[in-house]
Amino acid sequence: MQLKAENVGFGYQKNSWMFRHLDLTIGKGEIVGLAGPSGAGKTTLGRILAGYEMPLEGMVTLNDSPLPNTGYHPVQLVFQHPEKAVNPKWRMQKTLHEGWNPDNELLERLGIDKECLRRWPNELSGGELQRFCVARALGPKTEFLIADEMTTMLDSITQAQIWQVVLDIAKQREMGILVISHEAPLLERLCSRIVDISNK
Amino acid sequence: MTILEVRDLSISFSQYSKGLRQENNQVIHNLNVSLNKGEIVAVVGSSGSGKSILAHAILGILPGNATMTGSISFDGQVLTKEMLANLRGHEIVLVPQSVKFLDPLMRIGSQVQTSVRKQNVVTAQKKIFEKYKLHPLVEKLYPFQLSGGMARRVLVSMAVVSEASVIIADEPTPGLDSEVIKEAESSFRKLADNGSAVMVITHDIDFALKLADKIAVFYAGTVVEIAPVRDFFGRGENLRHPYTKALWRALPQNDFIPIKGSQPLANDLPNGCPFAPRCEHATSDCSKELPAEKMIRGGMVRCLHAT
Repeated sequence: MQLKAENVGFGYQKNSWMFRHLDLTIGKGEIVGLAGPSGAGKTTLGRILAGYEMPLEGMVTLNDSPLPNTGYHPVQLVFQHPEKAVNPKWRMQKTLHEGWNPDNELLERLGIDKECLRRWPNELSGGELQRFCVARALGPKTEFLIADEMTTMLDSITQAQIWQVVLDIAKQREMGILVISHEAPLLERLCSRIVDISNK
Repeated sequence: MTILEVRDLSISFSQYSKGLRQENNQVIHNLNVSLNKGEIVAVVGSSGSGKSILAHAILGILPGNATMTGSISFDGQVLTKEMLANLRGHEIVLVPQSVKFLDPLMRIGSQVQTSVRKQNVVTAQKKIFEKYKLHPLVEKLYPFQLSGGMARRVLVSMAVVSEASVIIADEPTPGLDSEVIKEAESSFRKLADNGSAVMVITHDIDFALKLADKIAVFYAGTVVEIAPVRDFFGRGENLRHPYTKALWRALPQNDFIPIKGSQPLANDLPNGCPFAPRCEHATSDCSKELPAEKMIRGGMVRCLHAT
């Protein structure tokens, strides 16, 4: 089982490539880091791998077949800004249950307070919202997780809390993770291998 | 010499809970912090701990439903609303967290020029643009045409160019690459060397340690510890408050081990020490009242058991 980007190229404007000829493979249960300066296309690559964006050239495959267009997406993306990733007009309960119904154990381990389920997104802090976004993305059918600066906005304790849960689950289910971050110590701590896309 | 002193500051917001019923939410409790000339203080703490509210209180730009008690003095004088209105933007400036603070209808160049006070307006603005790698064409742009990182650089450059005596920077780093962060670090340091006092609010301990002289650690609306930067090393043995130790140990370059639980919400604070429910040293005394400030080894701490 693997998520593979082959010879991928992308640019937002005509005749201006953000990156080209990029290859990346994440195997089952593997944790890969993605580093590079801002504007290099880290987030864009994450969006392509999760199927939010189509590459202009090259191809993304999951287990040698193209990414699915319908149903629960096996590649889940967690964004940097949780407040932009939840529907402001839904109570947290509905957001949490968008893809699957997480059990109480997971909620507890992520430190999600039952009280919060009835609240609106604008009543919660960034750290609390991000816990919901992580829980939402960890459904049983998630095979790969793209963590795009997932814990950049959080304090170190919350960061360590969230990562510990995610790493446990990844190990249990052999889920692959792509960690996008500019924090070198975090990448070194988490990843078995780090890909740098500064000069592509 | 102390230039800005915040004493016993408490802030609460009144909110409508249901129908016409109002409830008061206290978000900052009995907070003391002071800024000396030539000093950089970093305020660190998790999101939702009230860091930005402190900045807004110092600037006097809290929303209308906020009530504030305690005092803020500048240069030995307790500030009144009128005095603050005169100082704001001249002697005390803010680098806001949100890039929405720029005037949307004013070109960037003239906007930066409004904050120059002591030099020639146009040359100062051009010089600072060069320093922060802002293209001369940016002068003619409007805020909505800037990228996040560019807008952030504009905000930092406005504070630097004003040469104010107190600069408060609220999360100046997200979205900036390492080169610009280094440039910002050195400009803050230069301002401090010229006699300004700088307060940097951030959740990034790494950045805070590189930049600041002392670190004020925020938890659930109050400062639990003020420690000199040199105390942050090893396994945190020299730190005073258990929360600071936990924060330090949870860094990926240290142990990466979190403590349980999360920060209590402002309307649901435990009695006494706000950290007690998560603290392994907590005793029944801890939940009686907010521990008083103690000075230990040249740092302030609010903990009954600190040694």
